[in-house]
Amino acid sequence: MVDEPNKLKAEVKGLRVFYGQNEAIKGVSLPIHSNRITALIGPSGCGKTTLLRCFNRMHDFQKSVRYEGDIILHPSGKNLLSRDVDPTEVRLLTGMVFQKPNPFPKSIYENVAFGLRLRGVSSREEREHRVTNALKGSALWDDVKDRLRRPATELSGGQQQRLCIARALATEPEVLLLDEPTSAMDPISTSRIEDVIFELKQRMTIVIVTHNMQQAARISDYTAFMYRGELVEFRATEEMFQRPQEELTKSYLGGSFG
Amino acid sequence: MKDVHQIVRGQKFQDRCFAVVGFLCTLVGLIVLSILIIDLVRDGWSRLDYQFLTSFPSRRAGNAGILVAWLGSIMVAIVTAFTAVPLGIAAAIYLEEYARKNLLTSLVEINITNLAGVPSIIYGLMSLGLFVYILGLGRNVFVGGLTLGFLILPIIIVATREAIRSVPNGIREAAYALGATKWQVIWHHILPCSVNGIATGTIIALSRALGESAPLIVVGALVFNTVLPPSPIQNEFPYVNAKWANSEFSVLPIQVFNWVSRPQEAFHRNAAAASIVLIFITLTLNGLAMFIRYRFRKRVQW
Repeated sequence: MVDEPNKLKAEVKGLRVFYGQNEAIKGVSLPIHSNRITALIGPSGCGKTTLLRCFNRMHDFQKSVRYEGDIILHPSGKNLLSRDVDPTEVRLLTGMVFQKPNPFPKSIYENVAFGLRLRGVSSREEREHRVTNALKGSALWDDVKDRLRRPATELSGGQQQRLCIARALATEPEVLLLDEPTSAMDPISTSRIEDVIFELKQRMTIVIVTHNMQQAARISDYTAFMYRGELVEFRATEEMFQRPQEELTKSYLGGSFG
Repeated sequence: MKDVHQIVRGQKFQDRCFAVVGFLCTLVGLIVLSILIIDLVRDGWSRLDYQFLTSFPSRRAGNAGILVAWLGSIMVAIVTAFTAVPLGIAAAIYLEEYARKNLLTSLVEINITNLAGVPSIIYGLMSLGLFVYILGLGRNVFVGGLTLGFLILPIIIVATREAIRSVPNGIREAAYALGATKWQVIWHHILPCSVNGIATGTIIALSRALGESAPLIVVGALVFNTVLPPSPIQNEFPYVNAKWANSEFSVLPIQVFNWVSRPQEAFHRNAAAASIVLIFITLTLNGLAMFIRYRFRKRVQW
């Protein structure tokens, strides 16, 4: 399946990101395939999270951060990094799940409904319908269907993270960005979340940052290995893990550094 | 090396010493407060009755009351609340969420923090110059309320900023990532999360304003006032008016000051009774702050 050519959802072209004088990403180009999971792996500080946060312009809050290059979103051909594109607009098209579960201190229902309210979904019925679907999509529905009005902070860590996934899903983003979503989870929560992510690629394009190589191997279709701000190797996950071409990739996957 | 047992015993001794010293320090505060309250109650309790709360000041101590004073205190507090609270919260939101961090904003920040420590009489002098002489607003409730409003503005700003800053950054990021604008993030998430800290800081600032007398004397609060402000309710449309804000006024602490400075013993009892009322109002406000903190802490948690 992964070998067959398929449509591109986005293209990163010659991306450079500067924190002040410091160049955190040094010219990365990368295709993001539609309805596939692309994993970004690499040791700490390699720029994988920085790259992910370019997709929804989360760097814009820091004045010292500067972008160069393009991220073209297909099929519209819009450049997400263009100065003419408002970051809020970009974020309305994407969804993001963070490393640490960060539910709003509101009810479970309101957490998922917030994105819908922002997008002007004013019909109560439609909101309820979409919230239900999102919670089902993140495999949380059975846990919370009887207590949608309870505070989200009552949920366990793994449930909170699935709630955050539901919150990102409810708005049906074109691209879902996951920033080490299971790094704070126990193995059981991790495997539930991985199942959820795997199901989701039917409906959207997923980019996931992970420092867990086994996770990348288990769920992703494509893997990009980054090192010191540069893209070392990008290929279909199976090939990447069985026949890496670059020496650096071989030694990283072999566990000699990381 | 020393015996483990001896080391622990030495450390434990320090531990116990501090516990005793700390307890004594706490006791000093408590004892002073209780003596104060007991003394006030002993002097003033017999004067506290309906007549005292509903009478005008009088040259005869037995007929005098605090009607004008407590009405004045409440009116001034209302003006203070309606000016200082929105201004302070808005300024704090701007400084925390909108302002770029540069030399100018740090300068503004340092000055606001310093303003919280400026003696209250300086605010009185500023108001006298600005509102009474330059703007010609008169020596009325409105100007009194504004004066106290400026006095507590820095306190409200500092408290609100603290409250806003304590909202975890993850909440902001989550809301932005969903496509919220800055104002939507503030309105839907940051303010609801920090309302507890804002309300507490605001109420404590207000209760401080209620106890102030020096700046109000400077702007011309009356020491002997027998005229009630006009009623805020009227028969014709729009049924309410703000004429009361334009009337002359007195407040509880000034009334207390006035009575204490008289030689007769009977007036001193009046002062004690009025102080009890003042302390009661302040404690009620602080109790309200505690209640709000408790309520919202139960609701908002992360």
